[in-house]
Amino acid sequence: MGIVAYARKHAAFLAFSAVAMCAPLFIGNKYYLSILAFTATRLMVALGLNLLMGQAGQVSLGHAAFVAIGAYGSAVMTTRWSVNPWLAMLVAALLAAGVAAILGVPTLKLRGHYLAMATLGFGEIVFILLVQLKGLTLGTDGISGIPSLTIGSLDFGRPRAYHWLAWGVALLMLRMSLNLVDSRVGRSLRALDRAEIAALSLGVNTSFRKVQVFVVSAVFASVAGSFYVHYIHYISPDSFSVTFSVVLVTTVVLGGLGNVWGAVWGSIFMLFLPEYLKRFNQDYTNLVFGLMLIVVMIFLPGGLVGLRHVPARLRRRFTPPDALPAEDT
Amino acid sequence: MPIMRVEDVSKNFGGLDALKRVSFTLYEGQVKALIGPNGAGKTTLFNLISGVDRPTAGHIYFRDHDLGTLRRHEAAGLGIGRTFQHSKVFDDMTVLDNVKVGRYQRGRAGIFSSFFSLRRHRNEERQVRETAFEALKRVGLEAQAGELAGNLPMGDRHLLEIARSLATEPTVLLLDEPAAGLNNDETDRLADLVRQIRDNGVTILLVEHDMGFVMDISDEVVVLDYGKKIAEGPPLMIQNDEEVIRAYLGDDLA
Ligand SMILES: Nc1ncnc2c1ncn2[C@@H]1O[C@H](COP(=O)(O)OP(=O)(O)O)[C@@H](O)[C@H]1O
Ligand SMILES: [Mg+2]
Repeated sequence: MGIVAYARKHAAFLAFSAVAMCAPLFIGNKYYLSILAFTATRLMVALGLNLLMGQAGQVSLGHAAFVAIGAYGSAVMTTRWSVNPWLAMLVAALLAAGVAAILGVPTLKLRGHYLAMATLGFGEIVFILLVQLKGLTLGTDGISGIPSLTIGSLDFGRPRAYHWLAWGVALLMLRMSLNLVDSRVGRSLRALDRAEIAALSLGVNTSFRKVQVFVVSAVFASVAGSFYVHYIHYISPDSFSVTFSVVLVTTVVLGGLGNVWGAVWGSIFMLFLPEYLKRFNQDYTNLVFGLMLIVVMIFLPGGLVGLRHVPARLRRRFTPPDALPAEDT
Repeated sequence: MPIMRVEDVSKNFGGLDALKRVSFTLYEGQVKALIGPNGAGKTTLFNLISGVDRPTAGHIYFRDHDLGTLRRHEAAGLGIGRTFQHSKVFDDMTVLDNVKVGRYQRGRAGIFSSFFSLRRHRNEERQVRETAFEALKRVGLEAQAGELAGNLPMGDRHLLEIARSLATEPTVLLLDEPAAGLNNDETDRLADLVRQIRDNGVTILLVEHDMGFVMDISDEVVVLDYGKKIAEGPPLMIQNDEEVIRAYLGDDLA
């Protein structure tokens, strides 16, 4: 593909990447940079969850646990065993993949929401282990002194450098997810969700594909967790309660499940809205998220990405029928 | 040449015998019809042949393969395609994407080449697109390629299922009530399409209630009633078979 053809095909992705990567040039405030950094790691998790829920129609209520595997994996290995951070990130991701496979193989063979149940329990178990395995995790005290990521003399501890690294990875994952949706594997995921028996009759190994996308979503979450701890340098179990899993599901549902971009808008929305609400009262945040979720479920089943269809729908609703163009009636 | 042998197949659903020791042979290149009143077990038999369910007893041999030993997605790889009585199109995917799923088992692209859109993946995608479009042309749905499958009228959905199945390049095609809901013109066109598919070397087993259609295109007919085979033979013979007439009249009076 030529450069021009590529640019035209991926215009939205390129425009969004340009905005994301140029943001630190115009934002000096460290606090705002940190919100953008958290948006990048949230996006990594949301993309995997969007593929799992939106494409394959499977629900995970324990994704916080996979973020925890990445976060604690990196924290423990780097601070206590002096493992190279990049190697630690890789090992943690492999661990997350293995655990996801063990959870997914028995539950995804069955019809129904067994994965949701299993992941809910799994999330609870991981949270308890983080608190109780004090020898490894230091319990509720948490682990501090987690080093920054470096490549040679490049130190990703500085906010701008970290921004470029984390957003670079998040954008890569976004590109990968967009590619997947428009591929043999992506189509098979939608097919198995919409009509499993038809997908089977066309040769799709549906249980394998379901486990595979679940494993991918676990790896994305783990990598996000690793990036997160190398940025804030401290981790404790509080961050990984079941509430966080629900927040993650909220992120992708609010953004919209039918489209990978839903993960992007959901992540931006969920990290910037609280900043806005803080001006009034901290307690409003959860209330507003809850209300938003209900409003979106009822009025905007396509999520925030579905908003782009709203002007057309409103125009149609408020146009007298005889003024409609022929093909619309 | 026999291509598929159904041997003493029974299927039991918790006390209900949906199929009772059914046997018949499907020969290469023929159009065979499977008829019988509602609830006779026709769709159940299709589920067994297409591998999504297994017989309680008996065997179905496709060439040398015992279909009862396959995993649920493996029949397609052997060359068995099917359509569904109750529409199973992928509603929120485009018509073309529906047919592209039919190319799944002929494709190679795994998760990595899909993620990174590698060159071999892009080449494969181009071929998938072309072949899928060809399959749409064969059933006459190419003008609707970009529409959402869920927006198609009932008759077109069945054509889409046929195109999707043709995209797998089947050697045997199972059609479950393809003429349901079609008007006379559409039924005639469907008969032409079925003959065309047969002429391209595909063996066809079809379930249909439209007797004109069945008698018109089939070489042989198998009649099921309450899970039992009550007759088998050429259409003319079946039309005059007393037991068949009784089964159908009984059904009408009930
Ligand atoms: N999955 C199932 N579980 C229980 N009973 C079933 C199932 N599938 C079919 N049956 C029963 O088996 C019988 C045959 O059904 P079916 O094969 O759909 O008939 P046909 O396609 O000839 O109308 C019916 O009595 C039906 O209710
Ligand atoms: Mg039926």
